[in-house]
Amino acid sequence: MDFFEILFWLLSFIAISCALGVVFSRNPVNSVLFLIGMFFAISGHYILMNAQFLAVVNIIVYAGAIMVLFLFVIMLMNLNADAEPQKSKLVQFAAVISGGILFLVLLAAIKDSPTTASFDRQPSASGLIENLGTTLFTRYVLPFEISSILFLSAMIGAMVIGKKETISVTPQEESKDNR
Amino acid sequence: MPIQYYIFLSITLFCIGIMGTLMRRNAIIIFMCIEMMLNAVNLLLVAFSKLFEDASSQIFVFFIMVVAAAEVAVGLAIIVMMYRKVHSVDINILNRLKH
Repeated sequence: MDFFEILFWLLSFIAISCALGVVFSRNPVNSVLFLIGMFFAISGHYILMNAQFLAVVNIIVYAGAIMVLFLFVIMLMNLNADAEPQKSKLVQFAAVISGGILFLVLLAAIKDSPTTASFDRQPSASGLIENLGTTLFTRYVLPFEISSILFLSAMIGAMVIGKKETISVTPQEESKDNR
Repeated sequence: MPIQYYIFLSITLFCIGIMGTLMRRNAIIIFMCIEMMLNAVNLLLVAFSKLFEDASSQIFVFFIMVVAAAEVAVGLAIIVMMYRKVHSVDINILNRLKH
């Protein structure tokens, strides 16, 4: 067991235990912090697999932007008191059983697969930003542009949904909006 | 490093995400579990990218991150609006959408 394998098992342990912490912690703020820990562990896996650009993007986008948004919403709603009503024991039991059954089915399907491929740990150029940028702006330039339209529509949609419905436009609609 | 290790790790993270989605009633935690499942898929895509020395699947990971960011923005706006209406993030209140 060399250095890379020790790092692999350590990062896997951190990722799985943080994932379990997200599911089982009572306080939503603790769940967010566990999820940030899981993102850092997954970024460590990316670095082990020579995907440095994705590791940096994962930290910036997920741990930096998305999780801050989650924390912001949780603190805006003052949800950090654990006043969440729990599901009944039967539903929790059924959830754990069905998740475990899915896990076993996937494990049994993968276990006998003929692929015993393994990759070497030689540093490769495929994960570097030069190679990724060339691929992104030649082969995948159309999905890139479409994703910008997706972002624009998501921005407009979030603003339209999050806006308070207090402005009534015309007096005819005022009776409808004035709930 | 055998590719099977990464497959098993991704399956484990994905199943934990599914378990959390089915088990919790807080809408925000359900969202976080969905993010966890997306990350499991991302990890598997990067592992196969490393196996085949191909940059395309890393581009797919990039697009998954883009779509996840857009989804979180809209979804959290919906959750904030729901909280403003009913003062709760319990998803069982959304049962009334059936009627």
